[in-house]
Amino acid sequence: MLQDKDRIFTNIYGRQDWGLQGALKRGQWDGTKDILAKGRDFIIKEIQASGLRGRGGAGFPTGLKWSFMPKQSDGRPHYLVVNADESEPGTCKDREILRHDPHTLIEGCLVAGFAMGAHAAYIYVRGEFVREREHLQAAVDQAYDAGLLGPNACGSGWDMDVYVHHGAGAYICGEETALLESLEGKKGQPRMKPPFPANVGLYGCPTTVNNVESIAVTPTIMRRGAAWFSAFGRPNNTGTKLFMISGHVNTPCVVEEEMGIPFKELIEKHAGGVRGGWDNLLAVIPGGASCPIVRADQIMDAQMDFDGMRGIGSSFGTGGLIVMDKSTDVIAAIARISYFFRHESCGQCTPCREGTGWMWRVMERMRQGNARREEIDMLFQVSKQIEGHTICALGDAAAWPVQALIRNFRPVIEARIDDYVAAQGIAAE
Amino acid sequence: MSVRRLHPEQPESFAFTEDNAAYVRKVIARYPEGRQASAVIPVLMVAQDQEGWITQPCIEAVARLLDMPEIRVLEVATFYTQFQLSPVGRKAHIQVCGTTPCRLRGAGDIIAICKNRLAAHPFELSEDGAFSWEEVECAGACVNAPMVTVGKDTYEDLTAETFNALIDGLAAGNPPPPGPQNGRFFSAPEGGDTALTDLALYDGSVIGKYRAFDREELTPAPAAAPAPAAAPAPAAAPAADAKPAAEKPIPKVVEAQGQADAEKVPDQYKPTLLEAARDGRPDDLKLIWGVGSKLEELLHKLGVYHFDQIAGWNEMNLRWVDQHLGSFRGRALRDKWIDQCAKLSTGWRPSDKGGDKPV
Repeated sequence: MLQDKDRIFTNIYGRQDWGLQGALKRGQWDGTKDILAKGRDFIIKEIQASGLRGRGGAGFPTGLKWSFMPKQSDGRPHYLVVNADESEPGTCKDREILRHDPHTLIEGCLVAGFAMGAHAAYIYVRGEFVREREHLQAAVDQAYDAGLLGPNACGSGWDMDVYVHHGAGAYICGEETALLESLEGKKGQPRMKPPFPANVGLYGCPTTVNNVESIAVTPTIMRRGAAWFSAFGRPNNTGTKLFMISGHVNTPCVVEEEMGIPFKELIEKHAGGVRGGWDNLLAVIPGGASCPIVRADQIMDAQMDFDGMRGIGSSFGTGGLIVMDKSTDVIAAIARISYFFRHESCGQCTPCREGTGWMWRVMERMRQGNARREEIDMLFQVSKQIEGHTICALGDAAAWPVQALIRNFRPVIEARIDDYVAAQGIAAE
Repeated sequence: MSVRRLHPEQPESFAFTEDNAAYVRKVIARYPEGRQASAVIPVLMVAQDQEGWITQPCIEAVARLLDMPEIRVLEVATFYTQFQLSPVGRKAHIQVCGTTPCRLRGAGDIIAICKNRLAAHPFELSEDGAFSWEEVECAGACVNAPMVTVGKDTYEDLTAETFNALIDGLAAGNPPPPGPQNGRFFSAPEGGDTALTDLALYDGSVIGKYRAFDREELTPAPAAAPAPAAAPAPAAAPAADAKPAAEKPIPKVVEAQGQADAEKVPDQYKPTLLEAARDGRPDDLKLIWGVGSKLEELLHKLGVYHFDQIAGWNEMNLRWVDQHLGSFRGRALRDKWIDQCAKLSTGWRPSDKGGDKPV
């Protein structure tokens, strides 16, 4: 189990002062100037060496992403954009950083912005996080007042501005190019790639979009060294991570743990175990609503990290576990997720706009059992027509939960159909 | 996708209050010159906080203010579902999260209470006009489920009793304090914290304690992307201090060997090669800087078709391949193929067809 001294977010529950004085006392903003004095290349190399992978769900190596930014500006400004549009059911970690440990993020903006040659960072906070945004803005103001941001930030000679922006309730704006569109004042509809944001991003300028947690951990990694961070977890899955445990556990919570912590240990230690005991566990969605649902027997001995979840046919996502016990109607649970994606499709690509609604309607019939067995395969096949055929990954994200339900819980769907047929007195075909 | 339209009955006019107008000017100043359209969402949100919902005169006023076509502001107002396009409850508009994590913990009961006590349908005003409600798509408090949002505040860890009490409180103008309604402390687990109990974190003793960058120079930095295919057993043991230099000896041996006799990278370092491209669709290896059609052909002959193949090699693998490049020998190392392919295998594409020169 991760020791307290090795946790990066030391005020995640908000028991201490979230403001600047509290942050300083917890060792934040410690030696930031010296970190910057090491130079851009050092910082990027160090973050690469730490093995940090993006914490927003896709797990893209953060240092590598930073290295895509042009080394020299061609006259266009560079931008850092922080994705705080946390909106996927099961995911609620950035909220805790924003409201209880905002200075980790703000210091991270300076370190990351410097490393990619950006003098301005925009933090895009989801519209629903009003109080969180207020805390963040207050913390940014404190940092300006203390000379930690603004011209010659921290005495480093680097000018850095951090702006807090917000959305208005569109999940799709968590997709990086949709977020940029939204930040430019448009509908949040994803852009075609290439060009990638590192070449043509915000206002047509080189831009890097990172998740809140990815940016917020970087000052500590720089302070304590890549070797410290990469000593946690296993290769390719290093570091510490905020886990969110929701659903049918005894004590749902957010907690920072070591990557690769065994599933059972995570639930036992921090979430008080599964409601009704381990035998009562039915299924888990391991990383937020878009991640494929797995059966209890699949995840019971798994390690919670990127490779561990891939190994059981799912995805680590954001580390937001949705735990379901045997009282759960698992078809209804996935049908509700299908409704979510139907609601959040931006409408740009036909497979997603039409497909998410179609999948939801079929899922609703499956929930009742009002379907034919052949339709299970049809649903699977149509989901394959959506997956991979859209500009952004929302189509994929909508398809995976449905596909995983069919893969892992087919007998439940079939039994539901059989029961319905029996109850309605319909002659079997 | 949700299809939303403006309300059929609209007020005559819209104007920001003085305070709000001043705040709006501050918001617009956050964005670069000429990019004032970026402020559209925050400005509309201020308008909604002022009026309760987004009206047509408001959309027109915001368009004028930000120098945007009205239709663009209408697009934004209808696309983003947090904007209310019809009047909401005078005392409260209750937004119930109805997605799966909240459903698992009883959001269905909360919605049932809304239907019974407030209005039969979402977005409908209660009889006295004081309340309205809707089901929203995740408000980001999953570990505090079930929850509702009222205005700027959230009420979490609800039960039927505490939710009923919340409605009573709102009706009486005396709502309970926001946050968890079961006495719990934010997102900490009930019944005692399982983390962050070490008080030394908070007494200031950590300041200046962990300045690794002062003590050590750069840590060895192997490519961070995919794990090398045939890497020697990686030291996984989580040691508190820097990793032992277990990764270093191999390249050193190689260098010595390579200089003595470049032909002698033994076949044990031969990477996994393919008979044919996966699905018959090779990557365009010419996107690697320094690789042209001749060299691509040669790589195909060797059994190299994909960026991720190369990205997965370790240095020994690369040296082995380099030795089999005939007259192109040296290119693989000189042009840092592994680094280039680590980027290319992610889907990133260089702006030039010949690739990006590695630095």
